[in-house]
Amino acid sequence: MNSYERSMALTGEPPKSLLKGQKFATVTGMAGLFILLLALFNVEFPNKALWLTLSIALIFSGVFWFSRAAYSNRHKGIKNDGVWFKSISSRGMWGWVSGIALTGFYIVLYFYPEYLGLVKNGSNNGIIGFFDPLSRFLSGNPASQWFVYGTLYTVAILGFGVKFIWKYRHNRYEVIRTFSVMFFQTAFAFIIPEIMARLNGNIPYYDLKNIWPLNYYNFERYRINGFIDAGDIGMAMLIFGILSIFVITPILTYRFGKRWYCSWVCGCGGLAETAGDPFRHLSDKKLSAWKVERWVVHSVVVFVTLMTTAVIYSYLGNDNSKYWLTKSSFLISVIVLLTSIFIWVMAFKRDQLKKDAQYGAIGYFIIIMALVGLHYFSGDGQIFLFKSETLRKSYGFLIGSIFSGVIGTGFYPIFGNRVWCRFGCPMAAILGFQQRLFSRFRITTNGGQCISCGNCSTYCEMGIDVRAYAQKGENIVRSSCVGCGICSAVCPRGVLKLENGPRQGRIDSNQVLLGNDVDLIELVNRNS
Amino acid sequence: METIVIIGNGIAGVTAARHIRKLSNKRIIIISAETDFFFSRTALMYVYMGHMEFEHIKPYEDWFWAKNRIELVRGYVTKVDPDKKELLVDSTRVLPYDKLIIATGSKPNKFGWPGQDLHGVQGLYSKQDLDLLELNAPNKEVCKRAVIVGGGLIGIEMAEMLRSRDIPVTFLVREENFWDVVLPVGEAKMLNEHILEHHIDLRLSTNLVEILADDNGKVRAVTTDSGDTIDCNLVGLTPGVSPNVDFLQNSNIELGRGVKVNRFLETNLHGIYAIGDCAEQHEPIGNRRPIEAVWYTGRMMGETVAQTICGNRTEYKPGHWFNSAKFLDIEYQTYGWVFNTRGRKEYEEHFHWRHPIEKICMTLAFHKENRQFLGINTFGIRMRHEIFDRWLTENRTVEYIVEHLIDANFDPEFYKNYEAEITKAFNESYGTQIKNRKKDLRRVFSVGRPSAQ
Repeated sequence: MNSYERSMALTGEPPKSLLKGQKFATVTGMAGLFILLLALFNVEFPNKALWLTLSIALIFSGVFWFSRAAYSNRHKGIKNDGVWFKSISSRGMWGWVSGIALTGFYIVLYFYPEYLGLVKNGSNNGIIGFFDPLSRFLSGNPASQWFVYGTLYTVAILGFGVKFIWKYRHNRYEVIRTFSVMFFQTAFAFIIPEIMARLNGNIPYYDLKNIWPLNYYNFERYRINGFIDAGDIGMAMLIFGILSIFVITPILTYRFGKRWYCSWVCGCGGLAETAGDPFRHLSDKKLSAWKVERWVVHSVVVFVTLMTTAVIYSYLGNDNSKYWLTKSSFLISVIVLLTSIFIWVMAFKRDQLKKDAQYGAIGYFIIIMALVGLHYFSGDGQIFLFKSETLRKSYGFLIGSIFSGVIGTGFYPIFGNRVWCRFGCPMAAILGFQQRLFSRFRITTNGGQCISCGNCSTYCEMGIDVRAYAQKGENIVRSSCVGCGICSAVCPRGVLKLENGPRQGRIDSNQVLLGNDVDLIELVNRNS
Repeated sequence: METIVIIGNGIAGVTAARHIRKLSNKRIIIISAETDFFFSRTALMYVYMGHMEFEHIKPYEDWFWAKNRIELVRGYVTKVDPDKKELLVDSTRVLPYDKLIIATGSKPNKFGWPGQDLHGVQGLYSKQDLDLLELNAPNKEVCKRAVIVGGGLIGIEMAEMLRSRDIPVTFLVREENFWDVVLPVGEAKMLNEHILEHHIDLRLSTNLVEILADDNGKVRAVTTDSGDTIDCNLVGLTPGVSPNVDFLQNSNIELGRGVKVNRFLETNLHGIYAIGDCAEQHEPIGNRRPIEAVWYTGRMMGETVAQTICGNRTEYKPGHWFNSAKFLDIEYQTYGWVFNTRGRKEYEEHFHWRHPIEKICMTLAFHKENRQFLGINTFGIRMRHEIFDRWLTENRTVEYIVEHLIDANFDPEFYKNYEAEITKAFNESYGTQIKNRKKDLRRVFSVGRPSAQ
């Protein structure tokens, strides 16, 4: 029946094409990238600092000009015309080309940095050498592949952040939120760590907003040693890192939902919301995708918990006269913590979890306890069933590199911009758990105004079927919601509002469509 | 097991089917000639505009129907035989039923204009209309200009759709201002301005006279009653809709403009019901029209008829009127009754406020004598349905509404609020001294003790 589902443009041209200004802007931006490409192929630039500045300036002005041409002389409002007709944003040829290019970049970045010009004992060449002047200017050290990546990442968030602000200039929530991610990326992820490195060379590179378990290596031996060696300031950073996950995060998530992190602060979220915005509608909304999502993301949480426990365990001693925290006291505290969370949820929040979520929780709890217990009662030997080093390496490879980078970002134009956040990020899963069970945040559905049009679900980057709730008059309280606010923005009837409010009645699944008189509502409730 | 057959897979029929399934184990069959699966009619425009693909406007995945044991039949019901309790589908297949729900919706109006059946002349109602529009107006090279006739909600949607592909649009509106058959004049005038802002050639107080053909029987131009001839390749006819009930002629089911029903949505024949756009109440309910072609009422009727069919004979009792729409970039919501200039009751007073620069405005309707709040229209400010529903039930005064307006605001966080300006203007108009309340979450969410007010 759906013979006309694709655009039926008989002339063969999509009904959307680039404006003239956008074409020139694309050339400008591409010229900037071309300079980087030349650097990659070891073209010797006479004045690297000048050429690098020029390259970044060209990229910036390209993006800036492109957005201006696209939005400035149009009326403010939703700008989704032709999204599904454009090759880049509808998995057409340009979508695949850019997806493959990005994926290739990530593979080289993670596994073959020498192709980018990284030289182990000597001065860098290629594109990494090209970034040396900037790195020396900021931190005093030569550039690494991570410095190049961090710089380009920041450039992308800033450039496409401007584009996003232009696109959503009628929506102050989006504008303020985007300024926030631009600020946290530039200051916390990019500049502050470099400057700290310059001021005190001993401090480990620390992006303060990058919290465990997203920052899965934060409690590894070399970092703990680094923190301790750096004296008071290092200890302060270490304590901040622990407080972040156990105190600061729960409080903020209780008050605002996990959006305070995922779409206001986080760097992964920042890139997804800015450079990834043109791909948000590509996320899979099928029920089957949701089932996969729950198992995969929670398995990652279990994996990272086990891995971190094993790693910390491996470098602790047995003798409590040398240091207060020993192997056994550490393991006991992990067990106590996990058990108390588990008991609390099962005792007080059980009714809010569906049957299979309960089974999942019980299953995971048993696995963790079995592995920890197995070790604890079997005395000294291997850590759990695996070596901690094996766990750490496979986590770093599978989750840290492949999932968050190669798939998470490289596949933006294919699977949408939040693949990592949705399927892989353990931090998002933990915050989501809190959001679902213990937060004031919800997306309120406005009575009976929903017309089931599907804009909200289509543009949800996390693949939540928002409409399924809205058309029933139910509020949306989902652990995966990052609170980007786009569902509310694209709704043509003013049905959705992100807000924090009293927890009473937050998940009101009995709410029937307003509009029918009271006795019918009672009747439906009684019968359901 | 009782067999329930529903003709029509729109929001009314599908809601009825879902609720019958919730309440019972009856066999449910939905027949549609339009599409295999339910889709949101109001979202068709977004498919043409490239915001969504057709898949996205289907509210349920395709497996949903089999899982819930709702059988889907694709076909056109040519005849209903209430004596034998049978339907004739596509003039060939016979389908027996125990109870029948008619939910066939509407069809676009045509008023006998010369040339109204030429190639390139179409309405916008069905999936087939959307497919046809892709053929008639794929881009601005094939369709060099479109003329839209009829100044209502579908007309402006069609204009927005065509403009999204940069197709020049001339918009013929019979009335003095856009949609002033419904809206007070201040609001209608603001929309006139907004339509012009979007480079739509809006021609008010102008009627279509004739549609002219080229040698191939395709649209070439239209003539208007102001003497203009406008060259065009597409004519969109959007002068409203009427019930789609022609197939019921000679079936003994009582028809007016639509299928006549009582408050229980029962027709004159036992076991046959009608819901949604095609149902016509014997007596209008309150200020409502006897035929309501609105998404929400279709849904409510579907819920109600499901109760009746499953043994709780239930009266259709729509609560307070509400509706919404979007005019290009301006969102519109209404709660309660705000009548246009001509339809206004003699006791109905309006307070109108408009932002000096932005396209934002609001009209509060209230009773002149006892100050009772009657209804609100808002443009560019979202309002909370639940709060207005509560205020209407509690018969609040207009002063109470102005004082507590912030509680009803439903705009996204950080949006600029205009309650202070609105209150100031209200105080100046009526010599009152109203001070705005601060937003109170407990009032908004009605939790804890009710507020002192």
